[in-house]
Amino acid sequence: MTDIAVSTIPGAASEAVRRSVVSMRDVSKVFSNGTLALKGMSLDVQAGEFISLLGPSGCGKSTALRIIAGLGAPSSGSIDWPSSKINAKGLPDGDVGFVFQDPTLMPWATVMDNVYLPLKLRGVSKAAAREAIMDNLAAVGLADFTASYPRELSGGMRMRVSIARAMVTRPKLLLMDEPFAALDEITRQKLNDDVLRLWQQHGVTVIFVTHSVYESAYLSSRIVVMRARPGQVFADMAIAQPAERDQAYRVSEGYRQTCQDVSDALQRAIGAAEAH
Amino acid sequence: MSQTMTNPSEAGTDSAAGVLLPRTPNREKLMQVVIPIAALLLAILGWHLLVTINNIPRYILPGPVDVGIALFTDSGTLWPALLVTVRITFTALAIALIGGVGLAILLVQSRILELALFPFAVVLQVTPMIAIAPLLLIYAPDTQTALLICAFIVAFFPILSNMAQGLKSVDHNLLNLFELYGASSWQTLIYLKIPASMPYFMAGLRIGGGLSLIAAVVAEFAAGSAGQGSGLAFRLLESQYRMNLPRLFVCLIMLCGTGIAIFGLTSLISWLTLHRWHESAIRREN
Repeated sequence: MTDIAVSTIPGAASEAVRRSVVSMRDVSKVFSNGTLALKGMSLDVQAGEFISLLGPSGCGKSTALRIIAGLGAPSSGSIDWPSSKINAKGLPDGDVGFVFQDPTLMPWATVMDNVYLPLKLRGVSKAAAREAIMDNLAAVGLADFTASYPRELSGGMRMRVSIARAMVTRPKLLLMDEPFAALDEITRQKLNDDVLRLWQQHGVTVIFVTHSVYESAYLSSRIVVMRARPGQVFADMAIAQPAERDQAYRVSEGYRQTCQDVSDALQRAIGAAEAH
Repeated sequence: MSQTMTNPSEAGTDSAAGVLLPRTPNREKLMQVVIPIAALLLAILGWHLLVTINNIPRYILPGPVDVGIALFTDSGTLWPALLVTVRITFTALAIALIGGVGLAILLVQSRILELALFPFAVVLQVTPMIAIAPLLLIYAPDTQTALLICAFIVAFFPILSNMAQGLKSVDHNLLNLFELYGASSWQTLIYLKIPASMPYFMAGLRIGGGLSLIAAVVAEFAAGSAGQGSGLAFRLLESQYRMNLPRLFVCLIMLCGTGIAIFGLTSLISWLTLHRWHESAIRREN
């Protein structure tokens, strides 16, 4: 590997006590049409981290996320779940929540039934699930919309339902695949704050796929920059961030500097792919 | 928020729009009822004038008055015949629904079965049903059963093909979601594939409902069964042989009414199922 590992701030990575949630070891993925989407990707995800996978389109960041979620097996390499109970399919039982790029709601079901789905599939009765459903809907500000249908909601509200659904099983790991790419900037910033709040309050570990430098710099405790052709980790950066992030942080010097560093790394990643 | 809302009475020059706008939908609604009825009445009047002015004899083209009288005098003998036809139609539709949906579910669960049954499905679908009717009349234990099979075959395919198409048209992301949460194939079928295919199923139901009546009538023509227990289509043929044209028209009106009732019923079921969520059943908001 010729990749440069840039660590701007040696933070969490050097701590003595580490608890790994999931680790990818030397994972490659070749699609049936022969495309090499990932080549020898390794990533160790620590409990409590907020990791952004950042990179140009075609760098395999969504593919990596899907492989972690168990949607499509890796062509080689392995995924390990050191602190989870593993089911027959080699996946951690109920420990993973996934938020897709689209809200991916069932249009024929109410908001309540959409959020109930993951628990319903595990055989939990609706009466037993009601409290968890209401808590998670309240956490995203949709407690008054339980009887609404997805088509009656705005794009941002649909995405909030999707987040509530992902959180309803109390997952250890929340995987988000460019969830806010289709939303307007104002809604996107609101949802960024919602996700940060969930992350801080529930202590869930997050892997967040994005192609926005600003979004990743605002949210993450660690940014993994990926390159294309072949899809690999290019840079792995720990991010110094204040616990409280708000509009003031968006215009602070620290945030500007983070954006600058991340942007530079991304440019080098794009350059590396083109030189290839 | 409340500051930006304008009270209609304080809207100044725009208030004219406020007075006019709510009226438009009502007028629109009234027009939707009045115009079709007026057009229908005009057509009947035209029919009446055509017959009386040209002195067309009743055994060639009866006027609406003759047909109206026949509707009263003959309906006693025609109702039982209508019931026979309706029973065949609905029984055939019910069997087609169970068979079509059931087979569609089997087909999407098993690729081998789908490939194996494909030639049979094509052969049965493209062969004109009326051409099979003589064979069915030989093999079926009685005429009623033969009629039922004819109506069933015709109604079956739109339901099967729509349902199969619907079961295959499920959003891939939702399939991924179900896979992610470890849903069994049974759960995926019940909670995802069947609800997602409802719009397709409803299209199949509306087509199948209409076709089963047509098929029941055509099959009765082919069978030409007389006597007790014969359907309305036979009464229609019989009226033609006897030059009783007013009664023939009454038969036509009854068949037409049955068709409208089936269409209304299937459309209602479709609306009840889809109106909360599917685009096809929702008014565009602009």
